[in-house]
Amino acid sequence: MLEDPAVALTILVLALLVGVEVISKVPPLLHTPLMSGSNAISGIAIVGAILAAGAEDRTVSTLLGFVAVVFAMINVVGGFLVTNRMLGMFKGKKQ
Amino acid sequence: MSGQLVQFAYLAAAVLFILGLRNLGSPKTASRGNLMAAVGMAIAIIATLLNQGVVDYVVILAGVIVGSAIGAVVATRIEMTAMPQMVALLNGFGGGASALVASAEWLSYLRGDEEPSGIVPLAIVLGVLIGAITFTGSLIAFAKLQELMGGAPVTYPGQQIVNGLLGLLLLGLATGLVLDPSNMNFYLGLLALSSLMGVLLVIPIGGADMPVVISLLNSYSGLAACATGFVLGNSGLVISGSLVGASGIVLTKIMCDAMNRSLANVLFGAFGAVDASVATADAGGAQGTAKGYTPEDAAIIFSNARNCIIVPGYGMAVAQAQHAVRELTDLLESKGVGVKFAIHPVAGRMPGHMNVLLAEADVSYDKLIEMDAINSEFPETDVALVIGANDVVNPDARTAKDSPIYGMPILDVDRSGHVFVIKRSMNTGFAGVNNPLFFNDNTMMIFGDAKGVILALTESVKELV
Repeated sequence: MLEDPAVALTILVLALLVGVEVISKVPPLLHTPLMSGSNAISGIAIVGAILAAGAEDRTVSTLLGFVAVVFAMINVVGGFLVTNRMLGMFKGKKQ
Repeated sequence: MSGQLVQFAYLAAAVLFILGLRNLGSPKTASRGNLMAAVGMAIAIIATLLNQGVVDYVVILAGVIVGSAIGAVVATRIEMTAMPQMVALLNGFGGGASALVASAEWLSYLRGDEEPSGIVPLAIVLGVLIGAITFTGSLIAFAKLQELMGGAPVTYPGQQIVNGLLGLLLLGLATGLVLDPSNMNFYLGLLALSSLMGVLLVIPIGGADMPVVISLLNSYSGLAACATGFVLGNSGLVISGSLVGASGIVLTKIMCDAMNRSLANVLFGAFGAVDASVATADAGGAQGTAKGYTPEDAAIIFSNARNCIIVPGYGMAVAQAQHAVRELTDLLESKGVGVKFAIHPVAGRMPGHMNVLLAEADVSYDKLIEMDAINSEFPETDVALVIGANDVVNPDARTAKDSPIYGMPILDVDRSGHVFVIKRSMNTGFAGVNNPLFFNDNTMMIFGDAKGVILALTESVKELV
């Protein structure tokens, strides 16, 4: 599907626009959790890492894939957990 | 799992990421938003594991276990004051992963007889380039924030020229690799110089500009993931990567606007480098004697005040004074003094830094007011308490056209009845410019470590019952 440059460009541009629209409304109060949360999403590179690490024959690519899986999982698990921890501290008026 | 089902799973993940990010926009729904994004990630991972091309699970499992363990330990142990370097480090791993994936794909193309075609060579080049810059750049940002190296800008003669030449060289190598994708020398050169570029781009950036750099690296890590999406022909990666890329760009722009500086100025201006000629020239305008006071003096004014606004800065984070500040807030409120916090967008070392610290100390977020909303309240405020902030309250930014920080939006603390400034010394702030606020008639300086001063102030207020 992405082989067609027009389709690829369409997806890219629309996703960028959605990103800008969604993020522009976030108040400064939540900028840090937003950043660490979106940071965790950038760990989506795990998808590519799994594909590289799990290929049929073990080669240098497998090794690179393994390191990539480690890096991406640190990003994903660390990112979501630390965001969750931070958000747990944000409290409103005590009723 | 068939190819089409996998694609649907990626679509579900992307939708969850978008909804998650949207929910992160409000304090009431933010936790749910984070959870939705995490579920989206789990779906994407599971779908990928069921992909037909994946046959060797041992290596994957080993990587997942090692990575998750490290991530979990770090995320649960890290101190909240260390959050900026944590975010920088995680960013670096994301970028590094993308560069590795792009490299692994490039190597498998090299081994097979099939030449990468269409957009793939360009995507590989961008994945390696952006990923490597993100990785080493984030590591330098981490080192600066963790104080493994000095936070001051590292500059040397001809720095711009060196960076410019390196940029041209990178452009040449990138073009070479796109045109001749199987050239090992071009690849190795690109990888090495991109890594070097990440280092060189971040070393000249000073501590107070870190919010911009962290936001920008955040954006890069997304764009790198996006590039690997094109390498693999994987729409899930492209969509998620560009979401993160866009969010980082938006944050970067917000941070630059908050300093009234262009991104180019932040990246290449080496702002805050010690420039003696400018510093002394400026000092002429703001001479006078700053009056040093004790916490006891402050306590008297505080107990007679109706309301006060606290302006936290990086000094509060360094001294870990947020809990002491919360205790002071509680005490003042119990005595009928209204307390609010004025948060400058670039206070601290990352976007939202002060909010996180005060949230950790259990300060209700309703009290944390943004700059634009609170500036009109200073004239009706009896006392403003500036804790380890400097440039963000410098009135020169409003009036002195020759000041390096002229035009930067500031918190108008000088318009309140009394101003207390807690500072370790009379040193100039990060921007290296004098602050006439300190010499105003209604300004009282209290020199010392923020935490110690706040604790002493709290004790003195207590005694004044």
